[in-house]
Order: sequence, then structure tokens, then C-alpha cells
Amino acid sequence: MFQLLWLVPAIPFFGAAFLLLSGLRLRRSVAGFVGCASIGASAVVALLIAARYYSTPPPGNAYEQILWTWIGVDSFRPQIGLYLDALSVVMMVVVAFVSFFIHLYSTEYMGGDEGYSRFFGYMNLFVGSMLTLVLANNLLLLFLGWEGVGLCSYLLIGFWYRDPANGYAARKAFIVTRVGDTAMTVGLFVLFYGLNTLHISDMLRQADAHWARGSALPVAAAALLLGGALGKSAQLPLQTWLPDAMAGPTPTSALIHAATMVTAGVYLIARTHTIFQLAPQVMLAVAVIGAATLIIAGFSALTQEDIKRTLAYSTISQIGYMFLALGVGAWSAALFHFMTHAFFKALLFLAAGVVIEALHHEQNMFHMGGLRRELPVAFWAFLAGGCSLAGLPIVTAGFYSKDRIIWSTAVSPYGSWALWMAAIAGVVLTSLYTFRLIFLVFFVEFRGHVTKRPGPAEQIPLYVLAVLSVCAGWSTGGFQQFVATALPALGELNPLPLSETGSAVAAGGAFLTGLGLAWLFYIYRRQWAAAASSSGIGRALHRFWHSDWGMDWLYDRLFVRPVIAVARLNKADVVDVFYRALAWFGRLSWRELSATESGRVRWYATGMAAGAVVYLALALFL
Amino acid sequence: MILLDFLLVLMVGGTLAWAASRWNVTAGRCISLAAVSLDFALSIWLWATHGSTFDVLARSGWIEELDWTWIPQFGIHFHLAMDGLSLLMVVLTFFLGIVSVLISWTEITEAAGFFHFNLLWILAGVTAVFVAMDLFLFYFAWELMLIPMYFLIALWGHENRRYAALKFFLFTQISGLLMLVAILALYFAHHAATGVFSFQYRDLLEAAVPGGRSIPVMLGFFIAFAVKLPAFPFHPWLPDAHTEAPTAGSVILAGLMLKTGAYGLIRFVVPLFPYAVRAFAPIAVTLAVIGILYGAILAFAQTDLKRLVAYTSVSHLGFVLLAVFSWNPLALQGAVVTMICHGISTGGLFVLAGILQQRIHTREMARMGGLFATIPRLSGAAMVFALASLGLPGLGDFVGEFLVLLGSWRVYPIASAFAAMGVLTATFYALRLIQRAFQGPNTNDWHLHDLSLREAVVAGSMILALFWLGLYPRPVIDTFRPALDHLTQVNLYSRR
Repeated sequence: MFQLLWLVPAIPFFGAAFLLLSGLRLRRSVAGFVGCASIGASAVVALLIAARYYSTPPPGNAYEQILWTWIGVDSFRPQIGLYLDALSVVMMVVVAFVSFFIHLYSTEYMGGDEGYSRFFGYMNLFVGSMLTLVLANNLLLLFLGWEGVGLCSYLLIGFWYRDPANGYAARKAFIVTRVGDTAMTVGLFVLFYGLNTLHISDMLRQADAHWARGSALPVAAAALLLGGALGKSAQLPLQTWLPDAMAGPTPTSALIHAATMVTAGVYLIARTHTIFQLAPQVMLAVAVIGAATLIIAGFSALTQEDIKRTLAYSTISQIGYMFLALGVGAWSAALFHFMTHAFFKALLFLAAGVVIEALHHEQNMFHMGGLRRELPVAFWAFLAGGCSLAGLPIVTAGFYSKDRIIWSTAVSPYGSWALWMAAIAGVVLTSLYTFRLIFLVFFVEFRGHVTKRPGPAEQIPLYVLAVLSVCAGWSTGGFQQFVATALPALGELNPLPLSETGSAVAAGGAFLTGLGLAWLFYIYRRQWAAAASSSGIGRALHRFWHSDWGMDWLYDRLFVRPVIAVARLNKADVVDVFYRALAWFGRLSWRELSATESGRVRWYATGMAAGAVVYLALALFL
Repeated sequence: MILLDFLLVLMVGGTLAWAASRWNVTAGRCISLAAVSLDFALSIWLWATHGSTFDVLARSGWIEELDWTWIPQFGIHFHLAMDGLSLLMVVLTFFLGIVSVLISWTEITEAAGFFHFNLLWILAGVTAVFVAMDLFLFYFAWELMLIPMYFLIALWGHENRRYAALKFFLFTQISGLLMLVAILALYFAHHAATGVFSFQYRDLLEAAVPGGRSIPVMLGFFIAFAVKLPAFPFHPWLPDAHTEAPTAGSVILAGLMLKTGAYGLIRFVVPLFPYAVRAFAPIAVTLAVIGILYGAILAFAQTDLKRLVAYTSVSHLGFVLLAVFSWNPLALQGAVVTMICHGISTGGLFVLAGILQQRIHTREMARMGGLFATIPRLSGAAMVFALASLGLPGLGDFVGEFLVLLGSWRVYPIASAFAAMGVLTATFYALRLIQRAFQGPNTNDWHLHDLSLREAVVAGSMILALFWLGLYPRPVIDTFRPALDHLTQVNLYSRR
């Protein structure tokens, strides 16, 4: 059974190759079928392998499949090889499973688009790359998947390439994430020379044995890897690309920019957790960045009017929770939140897609309202996903996963009161912006008219994901047990006088506070919200948060404009000026000297006499 | 003998193609295609049959060797020899040779016979450069590839061809003369030390110029190769020559001529002058890093499609320069992979730019835009080459550049970190190229023919080669590794 592992990433790659090579001549139904079937087949294989792994784990709880040696230069021998342990099983299953339902959804959602087979080709390529990323046995192959998903993200954000704005958003995403990737590349150098391999499990074993905790090498390596993770996972200060990435088709936003790719950074850190544990300074940085991101993005989400941008900021904020969990060493809590987030955020995006499609590509929430009766499927999907996102206590998956994280920030040796309070404040914000969205879109009076209702291909994914968004949390104990073989448990110290129940009650209270505020401002007294954001300081804050805390503006002035200005200024290459001057001088002296060849004997005689005088003078005086 | 055959096939084929074109142009084209294909097949056969025994052979000597006395009074030999490094360069030469012939099929209509004569003689010169093991012969070959290339640019080039051709000629000729002086200096130094006159590579290797006096001699070689490479600040000939040359000329310039500079650095400069190289390395490494970033920023600013691609070469070959002066197996093998992959990916971009120019009669990107809608195959192929150029893993260029950076990290970590930023700047220009030419609205309302079968075969085979080099480069690495192991016995950085 495990020998079939290579098929999991390979099938989507074959699907992508087929769709992209023959796409132009392909019938729509064939393209849609191939696109879905390849992911479906991959998901089935993944599930079978996972079931086998669960029932009879391989020796050492890990299975490795080496396909071929990629590059072989001296001791540098990265392989094309796959590695399966509890961590990659979870990632693989979630990715393949969610991908399949999003592909199914897309067959209907993208139905009228001229680039139908191109869309499925890119999506299949993405799934293949993502599965390579999570299954890679060495960091170089992981990096291949990493860049592959980045490429697909670029291609799909700019999918509707005729609009230059989409192209701009796509390039922004690619370039900003590549800033992080450059750091990650250098991190690979540090790791390779420090540990003499890039094979992940060997590397971690070596690091554990040879590197001292807090010494320069692990700190440098972890910090550089973190750079890559921050870019890919849209965390502070590299988060600016994700809201713009919403220019892509909605299924893309659901799959790439919510459920899977943007959590690659979380996976990377969890995968190399040994190195991060050896670098407590970097761990602290991860936690602080996570906490700061979840708050900042939460405020930004609160001020958006575009439904997809609200969800994008929510994604940034939720990944902030995952980083917070990683930073306090709660590896399995981070992974668990990745899983529940993949379900409920994919659900929310897909439901948003239904709404947008129904209102003829309207994305402004203030032009929506009262859709509860018109689009009941979308409403219930939003309610399930939204409650899970906001963390409705006891019932929803999101509550359990987030509660684990909040509790961990309190009891972990890396934790503190400040982190715990940031996490609780984040819950208030999450609940507030989530219900603001739901109230604006589905409650109060109805505006506009519904032109399209979802068909079965769109509905089935919504049902499945809605059920998972609610129920996936009930497995929290089993989940932790399952991943315990790959990720160490939290070393609980309990420095805070707080019980697990107390923390959960606080989280529940925070949820209710947010819900109450949303009700107050967006149902009970709508004018208050408008008044708050139109008066002096309120308006300034609103604009500040709305523009992502001015970071786009700052980067534009600091990096983008200077680079473009320098490039423009030097378009003709300043170095060439020297050579042109040389050529000009050559031509000039040629002209002057050839002018002396005039044929006038008088001039020649003068020249000779002058030359003789100069020579005599030199001979006499030197 | 097979080495001589390589050259003879090209030279005779070129002459025949010229003659045949007087009565039928297509016959001339076919002859030239047949000649290059024959050489390609021979080189592949050589690779396949000697692949397994390389290790032994390369350590003891050459895969193939031919050593005839030419002018005994001066110790000049007609000495051709091939190791794994030369072999791969020769295979690349013939591969891109076929590409060049095919891509000129409909582009060149005026004096097509003479064109093919020049084309094949350039290839012969390039091949000879890669296999000449006598420095006099090497210099001869170096000049042999220069003159037909001058004609290629000056006669079949675009608007500003005379200026570009002259600039190309002056840069390479003057730097070539410096090399000639350096070769003579080496020759007399060897005579002074041993009493024997010899231009032989292996003799001169052993009689290196002592100590500090070797630096100016080394610089003579270095400048000649740095101009060809091109290294900052010797690059200004390149954008003009590449832009103005006909497509085949651009492909050969970028794909092969630049590689002769890189090859020269690896084969001659470091082994002949280890002491001088070591002293000079910090400067060369700095120039390399400047070149990587400066070339990329220049490329980013261009609006002429071919000029943009031309400047990317300055950036990519900076990696090779960095690797040579880091002189360790990882970096050098990366350099060779980069040389091969850059030849294919940049060659591919020039091929597509040429095809596009044939269709729309402009290279100005402002006149393009939205071409994906009308020529998806061409646009898709261009995207693959652009992605290779920005170092996407899975395509060949990534393997080369990663190995270069990894290897140079050991010796020059700061330079390597700055060079790694070159991968980021590559993203700037590659994405700009894709956006400007192929995406956005089709404002000029182009309706064009997509790739023909001939063009699709050319682009497709280059793409396949890039994937192969990106995912399974081991056969290639194993071929040139013994040669490089042999060369790196000259240990520059033994203490590190």
C-alpha cells in the first residue's frame, strides 16, 4: 500500500500536464472530468494510505520512498524522495481531500469561463506541488514544491490576465513571497554546511545531537527558515500580498489562499521544529509575530467592505494563531488549527463564491443584505463556517482548535500573560468581524436580486465542508495522540494561575462579546457603526486599518518606487557612457588628426620645425 | 579523429550549403541542417558509448585526442582533445546549432547560402574553442568564431546592425589581443624555465609564471574571457549585439559564445594561474555579484524584448563568474549546469522573440500585450523559459544556480547571500516580460499564427531539455564531474 505513495503527487501532475498540453482542443466536460478525477484519484490513494498508516503504522512510524537521486555532487545528494509520518499524513489527507471538493465546486463555478481547461490545469499543478511540498523527504524537494505552489498562486491570481490589475496582484504575490524565499534559500545553505545534509529527519537528528541550544547556527538557520515561512504564510511583515491575491477566481482563494498554500509556512516550522526548539529567541519571535499578526489583521478585517478581502484578512489572522501556537511549542495545536481552518475557511470562501455569483459578481458587502431567505444554502454554510471561525463554544471545530492554542499560550514554558491576552483579544475581533460579515450579507433588508442559485456541484462541497467545520473538533484527543509520534507534546509548566476550564470560559466569553458587539453595531443600531467610522479619529483609524496599517504605502515608498526609479534612470546603462566616450574620443582625434593632413607644404614645414624645436628642448633640459 | 570530423563536417557542410544555395536555397538549408544534425548525432553517440568509462578515462587523460605537429619550429601543435566538460559543451553547441538552422528557415531569405556558411563556420569555431588544447590553436579558433559572427550581425541584423557589429568586433578583438599577449608571455616564460618552446596546454600548466608576475598575464586571459562572458563592467557590447543580431545570431551569442568565456575561465585561467587567481578573487567575486544584480535591474528597465533578454545574460553569467572564483566542486558543477541551462533557456527566449518579431515586426513590448489570447502556445512556451530564467525549481537553471550559491557560500558567504538576491531580482524582469508581452488587454488587436510545427518542435525540445536538466541532471553532472575533479586538483582554498 505504501508503495503507492508516489502516485499521490504524481496523478495531479499528470492531470496538469494533460490539461495544459492539450487544453486548447479539449471539450469542457472532458477538461472538468480530468481535472476532478485526477484529484479524486489522488485523494482516494491518500485516504487508503492514511487508513493503512492508522491501522498498521510502518516501523518507526515513518515510511520513506526514494524515487531517484536528484542531484549528486559529493556529499550534496538530495533525492526525489517522499516521507510519510503522522504530520505528513495529516497534511496530505487534508490537502487532497479539500482540493477534491474545491475542484468539484469549480466545475460549476468556472463553467462559463473561456479558460476552463487552463484553470483546471493550473489547479492540478498546484495540488501536485502542494503534495510534493508536504511529502518531501528533504528540504530541497520541499523547496521545489514550495516554489511550485508559489508559481500556481501567481498563475491563478492573474488567471483573468486581461485586466492589468490582476497581473499586478499576481506579481506582487510572487515577489513578496520570493523575498521570504531568498532568506529561506540562504537558510538551506546554513543548514547544509552545519549538518551536512538536507534530508529532513537526518538533519533534525544531527541538529539535536550536535547543536547547542541557543547557539548561533540554529538561531541563524531557524530565523532564515522563518523568513520563508512569513512570506508564504502572509505573516507580518510580509502579509501585504494576500488581500490583493483575492483578484483570483474564488475557488483559487479557497484552495490556495485559505486552506492549503498559505499554511505551508506553518508546515515548514512544524516539520523542522527541532531546529526551532534549539533557537528559543526565534521561537519567541514566532510567537510575537503570530500574536501581532492576528490582532493587526483582525482590525483590518473589521474595516473591509469587500467580502473576499474580509476573509483574506481573517486568514492572515487565523494563521497568526497557528504561528502563535508554533511559537509556544504547541506543535500539534498548530496542526490541528490548520486542519479545522482548512475546512471552515474553504467553506466560507466557497459560500462567498455562491453569494458573489448570485449577485452578478458583486463583492461589496454593503450592497448585499437579507440573503438569508434567497440563498439558504449559502447562509447555513456561512453560519457553520462563521461559527467555527469565531469559535462558538462546545459545538464547533474552530472552538476546540483555537482553545487548544489559547490554553497553550498560558501553560507553555514559552508562554506568557501577554500572549494569552492577545489570543483572547483576537477571539473578540474574530467573532466581531465574522458576524459583521454575516449580518451585513444575510440579515436586515434585501438589496439587489439573485440571478443564479448553486447547483449540485457547488452544494455538495458546501455540505461536506460544513459538516467537517463543525464535527472535526470532536476528535481533538485522538488527533493529538495520532500526531504525537511526529510532533513532541507541549512541555507544560503552567506559569499562570489559570485552569484549562478558566481559559475556555474566557474564550467563550470573548466569542459572546464579539457576537454582541456585532449585533449591536450591525443589526440593532446600524447608524452607530457608520457614525463611528465617519467622525474624526474614527475615520482616521478606519482608513489606517482599512489600508492594512499603511504597510502597502510604506513598502511602495521604501522599496518599489526607488527600485523602479533607479532602473528607469539607468535604462541606457551608465557603464556604456564610458565606452561611448572612448569611441567619441577616438572619432574626434581621428577628425582632428586627419585635418592636419591637408597637403599644404607650409603647414608640414612648420610642423617639422616645431617638432624639431620640441625635441631639442627635451634633449637639452632633461 | 572524430574531433576533426566534427570540424570538417561543419566547414565542408557550410561551404557546400553556400554553393548549393546558388541554385536552390532550400537545398542549402537542408545541407546545413544535415551537417549540424550529423555532428549532433555523432556527439550523442560519443556521449552514449563513452558514458560508462568516463571516470577511468578522464583521470588518465582524454576521451578523445588528436595531436599533430603543425609548426614544429615554434612548438605549435594541432592538438584537439576532449574530456567530459568539452563533450557537453560540444553537444550543447550542436543542439543549439540545429535550433539556429531551423529557426532561420523562413527568417533569412536574403543571401541565405552565405548566411549558412557563416553560421556553420561560427559553430566550427566554437567547437574548436571547446576542444583545442594548444594555446596557439585555441587563439586561432577564438578568432575564427569572431569574424563570421561579425558578418552575421552586420549583414542580417536589424536596424542598428552596423553599430552593434562594430562594437562587438572591437570589444572581442581588443580583449582577444590582450589574450594573445598573455599567451606569448606564458610561452616565453615556459621557454625560459625549460628551454622548450611549446604552446601545449599540458606543458604550460606545469610551467606557470612565478608569483606576483603572473597577475598581469592572468589579467590578459581574464579580460578576454570576461568580455565574452560578459562580466561587469565589460558587458556593454552584449545588449547591442544580441538585440541587433538575427535570431540565430542571438541564440549562438547567448547560448554558445558567452559559454566560451566561461569555459576559458574554467579551463585556462584558474589552472594556469592559481596564485594570481587567488589574489584577484575578491575583486572578481565582487564584479560577479555586481553583475548579477546590475544586469537584472537593467533587464527590468528595458522595453525592447530582445534587449531585456540580453541583459539577463549579464545577470546569469555573473553566477558562473562567482562559481569559478569560488573554485570548489559544488560551485563549479553548478557553473557548468548554469552554462548549459542558460544556453537553452535564454536561447529559447531569443527564439521566441525572433518568431514574434517575424509576426509583428517589432520588439517593443509596449506594442505587444495580451498576446496570450491569440498565440497561447508561443506565450506558454515563453512563460516556461521566463520561469526557468527566474530560477524555478524543476527547471534546469535552478539546479545550476543553487549549486553555485551553495558552493560559493563555503568560501564567500556574504557574496553568496547577495548573489542569492539575484534570484529575487530575476523575478522582477521575468514577470515583467510575461506581463508586458503576453498578458493584459490585447490593445493592438493582434490576430497571429501560433507556433508552426517546425517552431513548436524547436521550442518543445528546448523545454523538454530544461525539465530533464531540472529533474534528473545526474547524467550530465556525472559526465563532466571527472573533468572538473581533475581541474580542481588545483586547490585554491585548501585551508578553508
